[in-house]
Amino acid sequence: MNRALMLLLSLLGLWAVLQLLLGGADGPDFAGLLEAAPKLLHGLGLTLYISFASVLIGSVIALILLVGLMLPWPAFKKGLEVWCILFRGTPMIAQLYLVYYGAGEIHRQLDSIHLWWFFREPLNCVMFTFVLNTSAYQARIIHGAVVNLPRELSDAAAALALPRAVTLFRILLPQALLTALRPLGNEVTKMIKASAVASLVTVLDLLGTARSLFMESFDFDFYILTALIYVLLIGGLRLVLDAAEKHLSRHLARAA
Amino acid sequence: MWDSLASLQFGANGWGDELARGLANTLLLSFCALPLGLIGGLLLAFAAHSRRSWLSEPATSFAGVFRGVPELLTLFIVYFGGQRILNLLSESASSAGTIEFNSFLAGSITLGLVFAAYASEVFLGILRTLDRSYLEAARALAIGRWPTLRYILVPELFRLGLPGLSNLWLSVLKQSALVSAISGGELMHAGYLAASSTGDKIFFYGIVCIVYISVTMASEALITRFHRRLSRGRAHA
Repeated sequence: MNRALMLLLSLLGLWAVLQLLLGGADGPDFAGLLEAAPKLLHGLGLTLYISFASVLIGSVIALILLVGLMLPWPAFKKGLEVWCILFRGTPMIAQLYLVYYGAGEIHRQLDSIHLWWFFREPLNCVMFTFVLNTSAYQARIIHGAVVNLPRELSDAAAALALPRAVTLFRILLPQALLTALRPLGNEVTKMIKASAVASLVTVLDLLGTARSLFMESFDFDFYILTALIYVLLIGGLRLVLDAAEKHLSRHLARAA
Repeated sequence: MWDSLASLQFGANGWGDELARGLANTLLLSFCALPLGLIGGLLLAFAAHSRRSWLSEPATSFAGVFRGVPELLTLFIVYFGGQRILNLLSESASSAGTIEFNSFLAGSITLGLVFAAYASEVFLGILRTLDRSYLEAARALAIGRWPTLRYILVPELFRLGLPGLSNLWLSVLKQSALVSAISGGELMHAGYLAASSTGDKIFFYGIVCIVYISVTMASEALITRFHRRLSRGRAHA
């Protein structure tokens, strides 16, 4: 609680300093900020949708990729490595531009295979890119968590003659969830921050809305307010994740 | 596709030299973030680790803010805010025109701040779990506080922090692409200009991605070699 208070106070201090340096003599334009509130809320909703939906769908794809890893296709392992290098070695903005502008370039070919209606919308391009990107990171995280589980779990499942799919989904993954919770939480945080990049392809998420409001009025407070919202959002997420971690590890002995 | 390759040539006819300059700027931008980032990260970590709450709380909050705000937003705040501050200063000082806030400078300051915030986490984790015996041995040999810091603590922090810091370096390389949003003249921006003016978008953005992958892989290889050299003579797990 003390930490949250200090965070809030420091943000207000930052805002006060910036006001002194940059603001006009009349102080912040509260009327303008209130007027912009519905637009900012809409943007916030879009940001949350983009980040959470892409992480969820990405985790499904990551699981599919991991199941493919278990099947006896040797080329799959190499393909997964290439997939990961592709999405972890390039900036999100480069991937997004490639998909968005690239789809625009080949829109005739896409139209002939009836896919243009999807890539036409910037939001769909954003979701496509983000889902594939997060699937690469999550595949690595979940794979790392499952591989580090004690051998006895899979041995016991094999002794009970459980099919491999059941072993994976009913036994290994729930146990791996505790180890993977922290990196997956970091992944959600990363996605919320990465969603700001969507504003560069005309998607009106939180940063996109703030940017358009700033361009109209040149009132710097919009950016400060947006920064405040992002910090509160990620702080709140951190609290939820800590509570989840505590709940999932309640069967473990706690360090004194 | 093959005539697209011709557009990569250096000189007035092709985009090769613009892309190369962009790559040089990307590397330069990332390197320029390091001084602010490493030194800032060290200072923040020591402040956050201290027992004086007037030091530790602001440091933790500062790092928390810059870890929580999207880098693009931080970039906008630094760039537009810095421009404003410079305008105010130049107005009050003289009326000899405005100073322009270079987007490269804004980019490196932003990347440095973000790097410092994440690096402080890395260093703080190491400080908390560091073996006290190092410091006790230094005290027994009557090594003063500053030499202990300089010859024992900081090298140890860098050595143990190398895995975390190398991840941060790779992040900085990728975050430098965001500076294209304020026309920073690095690789992403060069690719954007090339793609929009020739219309060959998939080709140029594909080239940009391939270059980023190569730079990332080269960085990883170099860091692995550096890590091996730093750990020579030590027992390996």
